[in-house]
Amino acid sequence: MNNFLKIISQPDNIPIVIMLFLLAFFLGLALWQGILNDRSRVKPQGPRKEADKVFTFPYLVRSEFLSALVVTLVLFVWSLWIDAPLEEPANPAKTPNPSKAPWYFLGLQEMLVYFDPWIAGVVLPSLIIVGLMAIPYMDRNPLGNGYYTWKERKWAIMIFCFGFFFLWVAMITVGTFFRGPGWNFFMLGQEWDPHKIVALTNVNLSDLFHIRSQGLAMLFGVGVIGAYYSLAMISFLILKLKKSQFLKDMGIPRFFVFMFFFLTMMALPIKMVLRYTLNVKYILVTPWFNV
Amino acid sequence: MSEENKPTITPPVTPKPVKESLRQKLRKTQVWRSMFRHDYKDTPKNRTLAIIGNVFLHLHPVKVLRGAVKFKHTWCMGGLSFFLFLVLLVTGVALMFYYRPTAEYAYSDMKYLQFDVPFGMLLRNMHRWSAHAMIITVWLHMFRVFMTGSYKPPREFNWGVGVILLFLTMFLSFTGYLLPWDQLAMWAVTVGTNMARATPFLGHEGPFGPQLGMRPDNDVRFALLGGTQVGAPTLLRFYVLHCIALPFFLLVFVTVHFWRVRKDGGISGPL
Repeated sequence: MNNFLKIISQPDNIPIVIMLFLLAFFLGLALWQGILNDRSRVKPQGPRKEADKVFTFPYLVRSEFLSALVVTLVLFVWSLWIDAPLEEPANPAKTPNPSKAPWYFLGLQEMLVYFDPWIAGVVLPSLIIVGLMAIPYMDRNPLGNGYYTWKERKWAIMIFCFGFFFLWVAMITVGTFFRGPGWNFFMLGQEWDPHKIVALTNVNLSDLFHIRSQGLAMLFGVGVIGAYYSLAMISFLILKLKKSQFLKDMGIPRFFVFMFFFLTMMALPIKMVLRYTLNVKYILVTPWFNV
Repeated sequence: MSEENKPTITPPVTPKPVKESLRQKLRKTQVWRSMFRHDYKDTPKNRTLAIIGNVFLHLHPVKVLRGAVKFKHTWCMGGLSFFLFLVLLVTGVALMFYYRPTAEYAYSDMKYLQFDVPFGMLLRNMHRWSAHAMIITVWLHMFRVFMTGSYKPPREFNWGVGVILLFLTMFLSFTGYLLPWDQLAMWAVTVGTNMARATPFLGHEGPFGPQLGMRPDNDVRFALLGGTQVGAPTLLRFYVLHCIALPFFLLVFVTVHFWRVRKDGGISGPL
């Protein structure tokens, strides 16, 4: 318990704790407003009427001013109350254990448990940025533009929230509060024992299938990854056969771009499940890189 | 003739001269009128002029959708991100007076700032906590914009600008993290920049990096750090990025972001 309090009251961890509460609050607020809108929306909406507008001065300027004032106040209290940390002088010869990145990158550091640095540290972050920028071009649903809704955008909201809350925020939380020395997992309140011994029992996927030759194992790995990404093709064919409206709206290139991002995103939870059920380390091992 | 016996003459009906208060007189001076173009009386005209006659406020349109100004719609997160950026700008400039980005002085300047500079600790705390808060408000802003579907046409491009701003915010915070030059700073940045070793093709531990001749002293991480490990050149590099390059790019993109909000039809509101 002491250790729990010590970790959450670290000056740099306090913002994360605050953020978790804020996120829960705003997720609730957004969904609640969405459901209210779904129930009561009068359709269809005409063009925006001039009568529905109010003067920026004072109605908007007032809220801006007040929120700036409140935030200034909060910042002052926060800054008077809690001091920014300053440890010993930088010493390249003395590595702290654990060494952690700044908290907002701990999701990426946590991904290192499941993927090699070239994926977790370079490829996936780049794909997160590109993928986020691609969202407006992949989402063809014209509904729900400018108001909260749940019914009209169920899938979009579910996919985004899964990525944001589980693959980003939850990973940060785990990386901050549950990872101790050696990046080992510790429960909240458990003492961070630097001598904790964890058996290294992970094996490659090919080993589970008793493939011993390196060449065959490589081929097998390529096959598994190929099969995973060909799910895009399979779902394309299924939707095509069903003459799905979704596919028609998307168009072929957009559909495959979407499937690429979606499958890449889902690779993380899949790898996590494989790790915790079958102790899988790598899917594909090559002399140059591992996946 | 005494005063009492004077025949009473009714004076011509002239409006009693209104006694001007000092304030009213002040408002008629040339100096005042040169500065303020309209008075404060609550009329539609003045409400309009308050916005378009002010260089800062004129980023806004004169009128906005009724639903869009509600806190429960925007959560104020975009505006607060910008406000926190301004706080960071002010506190950051003040901190620059006391801080030298060299390995010899950086840490002792931090100590000086915390123990000798009047309000130095408060200044540093404000800067650090605003930075953390800005990360949170930017994420919440993104989350709000997604939940209201405000990235949909015609605002696709501005969402992309926003993603760049999100990246710049985090990179700004990351470069600032090194500057205290303590163990926390050095090792957090070491962990973060170690990822660059593994960059495909461009890092000496990345796929096909060694085959392309990447070594610890010539790969992309070397370019970022100015050395093979986090050291004095890294401190200077991150300082320049943190204080000049990144804020500059952030301001450019913020300008585009705000401008596009206007051009794409204002805050997306409940229709």
